[in-house]
Amino acid sequence: MLDIKSLSIGFSSYSFGLKKHTVLAIRSLDLSVSKKEVLAVVGQSGAGKSLLAHALLGILPRNASLSGDLTFKGKKLTPKDMALLRGREIALIPQSMTYLNPLLKVGVQIARAAELSGVSPKASWKATLEALRRYRLEEKIARRFPFQLSGGMARRILTATATIGKADLILADEPTNGLDQATAGETLGHLRGLADAGKAVLLITHDIEAALSIADRVTVFCGGVTVEEARASDFNGSGKLRHPYSRALWDALPGRGFVKSLPARSPISSSGGCPFIFFCEKSTPLCEGSLPGIKNLNQGCVRCHHA
Amino acid sequence: MIMKNTLILFCLKKILRLMLLMAAVATFSYVLVSFSPVNPVDAYLGTAILKVSPEQREIIAKRWGLDQPPVERFFNWASQLIQGNFGLSTIFNEPVLSVIGKRFVTSFWLMFLAWTLSGIFGFVLGVLSGTFENSVLDKSISLYAYTMASTPTFWVGMVLLTVFSIQLGWTPVCCAWPVGLSPEQATLGQRVHHLVLPAFTLSLIGIAQITLHTREKTIEAMNSDYAAFARAQGEKDLGIAFRHALRNVLLPAVTLQFASIGELFGGAVLAEQVFSYPGLGKTTVEAGYRGDVPLLLGIVIFSTLFVFAGNTMADLIYQAVDPRIRKTGGLI
Ligand SMILES: Nc1ncnc2c1ncn2[C@@H]1O[C@H](COP(=O)(O)OP(=O)(O)OP(=O)(O)O)[C@@H](O)[C@H]1O
Ligand SMILES: [Mg+2]
Repeated sequence: MLDIKSLSIGFSSYSFGLKKHTVLAIRSLDLSVSKKEVLAVVGQSGAGKSLLAHALLGILPRNASLSGDLTFKGKKLTPKDMALLRGREIALIPQSMTYLNPLLKVGVQIARAAELSGVSPKASWKATLEALRRYRLEEKIARRFPFQLSGGMARRILTATATIGKADLILADEPTNGLDQATAGETLGHLRGLADAGKAVLLITHDIEAALSIADRVTVFCGGVTVEEARASDFNGSGKLRHPYSRALWDALPGRGFVKSLPARSPISSSGGCPFIFFCEKSTPLCEGSLPGIKNLNQGCVRCHHA
Repeated sequence: MIMKNTLILFCLKKILRLMLLMAAVATFSYVLVSFSPVNPVDAYLGTAILKVSPEQREIIAKRWGLDQPPVERFFNWASQLIQGNFGLSTIFNEPVLSVIGKRFVTSFWLMFLAWTLSGIFGFVLGVLSGTFENSVLDKSISLYAYTMASTPTFWVGMVLLTVFSIQLGWTPVCCAWPVGLSPEQATLGQRVHHLVLPAFTLSLIGIAQITLHTREKTIEAMNSDYAAFARAQGEKDLGIAFRHALRNVLLPAVTLQFASIGELFGGAVLAEQVFSYPGLGKTTVEAGYRGDVPLLLGIVIFSTLFVFAGNTMADLIYQAVDPRIRKTGGLI
């Protein structure tokens, strides 16, 4: 369904109003997801997860530049295609409540998303109420403004908005943040259901354990680089993980026993080397000098000189 | 019930604030006027000053109460003011309130027309400019707005007067109705004809501020998260502008428009001067020149009330329109 090869995103800014320079926020992302599949994307804050989702829809800020090969349904994905596909074939569940218009009732916002995705204006209100019901929101919620919602309600509204159409690829940016366990489970179950029905789901999340419950595969981002792609079953503590960063993420989960210090946030790579270099026990001058290529290993991939 | 109580509280607070403001303005302007180098008697007499003996001058001064100490005069004036007596205008020989009333009606149509025109056009231009940021349209609108924002009203007035009244002869050179007629004799058409150019001048300038403000807000809205999400759903630029940005921009624009009533007043003084338009603005200048203290103080107090009303309306509209405030019933 979707195939991304060495995607990089830079932001240009002007220092002292004159000199233009570009900062790379994403250096090299590689991932693919096919239909009937849920791919979890994990990584710390600032790893570039949201940017990836926004890049696929062509809604990055204007000063962003993008390079790399994007393929959607076997065709190259150009900015022009994105403008045509978004909403209809690719849908986004955004990360926070600020993505709702503060002065528009949420029902109106959902109904408009339905219309844009191809539902007839007449049927859109019915579809809206159905979508609310699916996420166990009462009908009267439709007439509320975003500021009248709890964080969890807003999150479910965002999910309902994005899943109301017939999009084949769903980019879910932390759809379970701030939900209690039962409600989070329902949302994830629904996403799994969409995948089983033939769609592809990209599940961006901090919560590795929750992601593992529905994901087929897991991609690990670190500092704007894909460092590993593993099967969900590899995350079981039996040493199947291929990259030291993935192992550190896994070990840092509560209840794992290991209290190993992870960097406070995903380090942004300034040099050309491996993004995990400052925290890796195995780092050598080679790691400092060049970004490792992607290697296939045990039915997964890894980007490490020592793997 | 809660709603009603907060409304009453809101009004009480506003009234209290207004009274304090009035007291401060009255005192302050009285002090300023009493320091004025213009001697009211001299100003009243004008050229007749040579024919008047010192004894006669003293009689005038005594009749006006100028022989009493300033503090006593202030309290006399203030106590009359509280009873609603603003005194007699010396230059018009008429009660101050009736002068203000007549002149204000003339000014009102000028200000109202300019205010409405600049509000509507400024908002539309600002939204267009912000939606198509960096386009040729945006650049031309911004250029216009920045130029107008830094141009003095009287200068624009003189240029327009030269072009439209003197060279093209489309509009009259002065006044609010044809010279030689009394206001009652002038037809509506004649009055409108006299109103067009001053109103146009005022709005041409007024447009600038609301355009620039609306443009900023529109750009902000077009780059907001909710605009990005709408775009992700397949909404086009114009759709985002009309369905999403507009309602977020309208609210601050309306507030600004009502709050700008004060500046409108200032602009009217200059425009009326240039066009010899006999409104409140021109009267203010005359009262100042000719030492008509009661009239001048009356106008100051009246304009305070006027500006205060504008600001209060801005507050009220904000509260009535913004659902975030309305639903919680939170009147400040
Ligand atoms: N408009 C921008 N200009 C410059 N840098 C940006 C911009 N937006 C994002 N970045 C940078 O890109 C990096 C990736 O950001 P992104 O929002 O994708 O993180 P994330 O992985 O989604 O984190 P989180 O889990 O906190 O949501 C960050 O380091 C951020 O500073
Ligand atoms: Mg994010």
